[in-house]
Amino acid sequence: MSTLTRPDVQRRSNADRLRQWLASGKFTAVLILLPPALILFSLFVILPLADAVYYSGFSWNGYGAPTDFVGTQNYERLLDHSVFHTALGNTAKLILVSLIIQMPLALGLALMVYRKTPTNTLFRLVFFLPYILAEVAAGLIWSFVFDGDYGITAMMFQSLGQESVYVLADRQWAFPAIMTVIVWKYFGFHMMIYIAALQSVPKDLIEAAKLEGAKPRQVALFVQVPLIKHAIVVSGFFAIIGSLQIFDIIIPLTNGGPSNSTHTIVTYLYTFGLSRLNIGFGSAAAVVLFVLAIGIAMFYQRATKQGERT
Amino acid sequence: MKHYISHAYTPACKRGLTAAVAIAAALSSSIAAADTTVSVLRVEISDVEKQYYDDIVAEYESQHPDVTVEFEYIANEAYKTRLPTLLQSSQRPDIFYSWGGEGLRDQVEAGFVRDLTEAMQDGWQDIYPESAVRAFTLDERVYGAPLYATVVGFWANTALTEQAGVDIEAIDTWEELEQAVIALRENGITPAVVGGQDGWPLHFYWGYLVTRLAGGEGIEAAKQGENGGFEGEPFVRAGELLQSFVELDPFQSGFMATSYERASGMFGDGEAALHLMGDWDYIPSKERSMSGEGVPDEDLEFIRFPRVEGGAGNDDSFGGMNGFAVTRDASDEAVDFLRFLLNEENQREAARLGIFVPVAEGSEAELTTPYARKVAEILNASNFHQVFLDQALGTSVGATVNDISGDLAQDAITPEEAAAQVEEAWMFR
Repeated sequence: MSTLTRPDVQRRSNADRLRQWLASGKFTAVLILLPPALILFSLFVILPLADAVYYSGFSWNGYGAPTDFVGTQNYERLLDHSVFHTALGNTAKLILVSLIIQMPLALGLALMVYRKTPTNTLFRLVFFLPYILAEVAAGLIWSFVFDGDYGITAMMFQSLGQESVYVLADRQWAFPAIMTVIVWKYFGFHMMIYIAALQSVPKDLIEAAKLEGAKPRQVALFVQVPLIKHAIVVSGFFAIIGSLQIFDIIIPLTNGGPSNSTHTIVTYLYTFGLSRLNIGFGSAAAVVLFVLAIGIAMFYQRATKQGERT
Repeated sequence: MKHYISHAYTPACKRGLTAAVAIAAALSSSIAAADTTVSVLRVEISDVEKQYYDDIVAEYESQHPDVTVEFEYIANEAYKTRLPTLLQSSQRPDIFYSWGGEGLRDQVEAGFVRDLTEAMQDGWQDIYPESAVRAFTLDERVYGAPLYATVVGFWANTALTEQAGVDIEAIDTWEELEQAVIALRENGITPAVVGGQDGWPLHFYWGYLVTRLAGGEGIEAAKQGENGGFEGEPFVRAGELLQSFVELDPFQSGFMATSYERASGMFGDGEAALHLMGDWDYIPSKERSMSGEGVPDEDLEFIRFPRVEGGAGNDDSFGGMNGFAVTRDASDEAVDFLRFLLNEENQREAARLGIFVPVAEGSEAELTTPYARKVAEILNASNFHQVFLDQALGTSVGATVNDISGDLAQDAITPEEAAAQVEEAWMFR
């Protein structure tokens, strides 16, 4: 066949296919079913995002329409700002703590209480309670716990004859304290995901392993955990995205202080963008946060998918 | 949120319009006024002050049956963040609370504020001292009217200072204050409480030191970029003074985790000898103390911020100048009500009630507590009343000033870095 005719044939067949598709009724279905979702998605996701990108090019205090175009200056200032670096570092720490401490803790507890017995139900409820609590309430409760004058930590130090420590006022200890609260607050959520998955693991497989002489630890490690891998992947995804979004626990605990040492990206965006009325600058931070979240999500999915194939 | 219709036509008027256009035109203007609502937005306040406004509104409405005045209150922080949105919406108030300074400038430049220059020249502004009107003046135009002034100073518990052998009223210079702090510490008394978590109470130290060193004029010059801007000598020196002060360990332990409210209560409980705070803290400090009584009046003093050697602003004062601005499209009735609200009689009444220290000249004669009279005295003797730096420099730079004050107090940055951060924020505002 000559090279000249091939595209011609292809074009005709494409046109045919299009005509066929239009006539098949699938097109009408798309025409009817797509707009609601598409309009909602554009209105509430794409548009605000485009707005943020647009505003991030301006030095704008939120009054009137933005007019003072500054190009990439907001991004340059953002990347230069030492508090932003701290916020990025803190967010990375949160992700690590969620993955390395929170998830194994949740998994361990899930393995202990996943069987349906009355005592397990009680324990499950107790472990899940922190997650039910509103974030702001949890933050406030813990700010009393860490209080250097009347808090539980203060009482502990005092009973040991030590001078009490003001955990949340200490630049070194404030963020570890926040991480503790976050692990405490969210491990129950991950535990519930694991429990649901563990309950669906076929019992005969576990019994078979036991008959082969596997100890409980081996059953967990070689039968149960591999079988709930999909749940672990999902909970890991939630942990990462959740860490990127931590905000309402930090505000009542430290409000980003002392000396802006406990900001996450979101509290940074709120403090330096919104409450200081630097809307352009805040938009730049929001765009960076969005790109980070998308980037990490895509990387995570790809990494876990590859793991599945091998 | 309510939506106010300021010039609504009644059905009767509508009928009039269809009947005879000429008569209706004349009618409508009088009937239009019949439904005027003036909405006022103010930061949340005490019940006593709300009652004060309610009484004024009742009196005004009885004199002007055609006008309804509605007050609405929003909590402080929320007020600051919601105001930009509110001003741009159709639900904007007619009159809103303002701190003057750069915050007001932003609103003026965006075209949301009504120019009151002409209205105030007509004898209105003569009842206030010039410095009060100046806080609301931008480029020779007046955009607001003052309600009251606040002054920052040291609240002192003399029962504690006497215990340490400190004559608190004799303190005149910064060095003498430092000596007092040392003496208090030696006697096992916490010299001062500060609400470090909130930032702004610590900014009182840096801000007042800057005011002492540079003076109100020096701060204006720095805004224009003169003498090295905010990186100039007085701004660095203020940081140095603050840091050497903090080295004396003047504050309660864990002061960076203490909120203003807590610090105020701690002072009321007699846990420290001094509290650098605005004059408004008199009642709140009592209310927040465990006993509800606070430091008894015979042990309570309000001390002027000490002089700093060689400072250009030793005769200046530092505090707030709070008032109201009128939005662009507000009715003339709104301006008229504002004038009534801030007139001499109402200012005197506020002084009698002891709600705040009013600005109208002569009203201080009505002040009931010695502390309020002291504040009025400081204000009268003041050469320049510098508005809080975290408000006068605008939201963004102001927040930076609060940040660096905390950083300096924790020795996390050098005075030079602090000054450079303020200058950078000012350049990028």
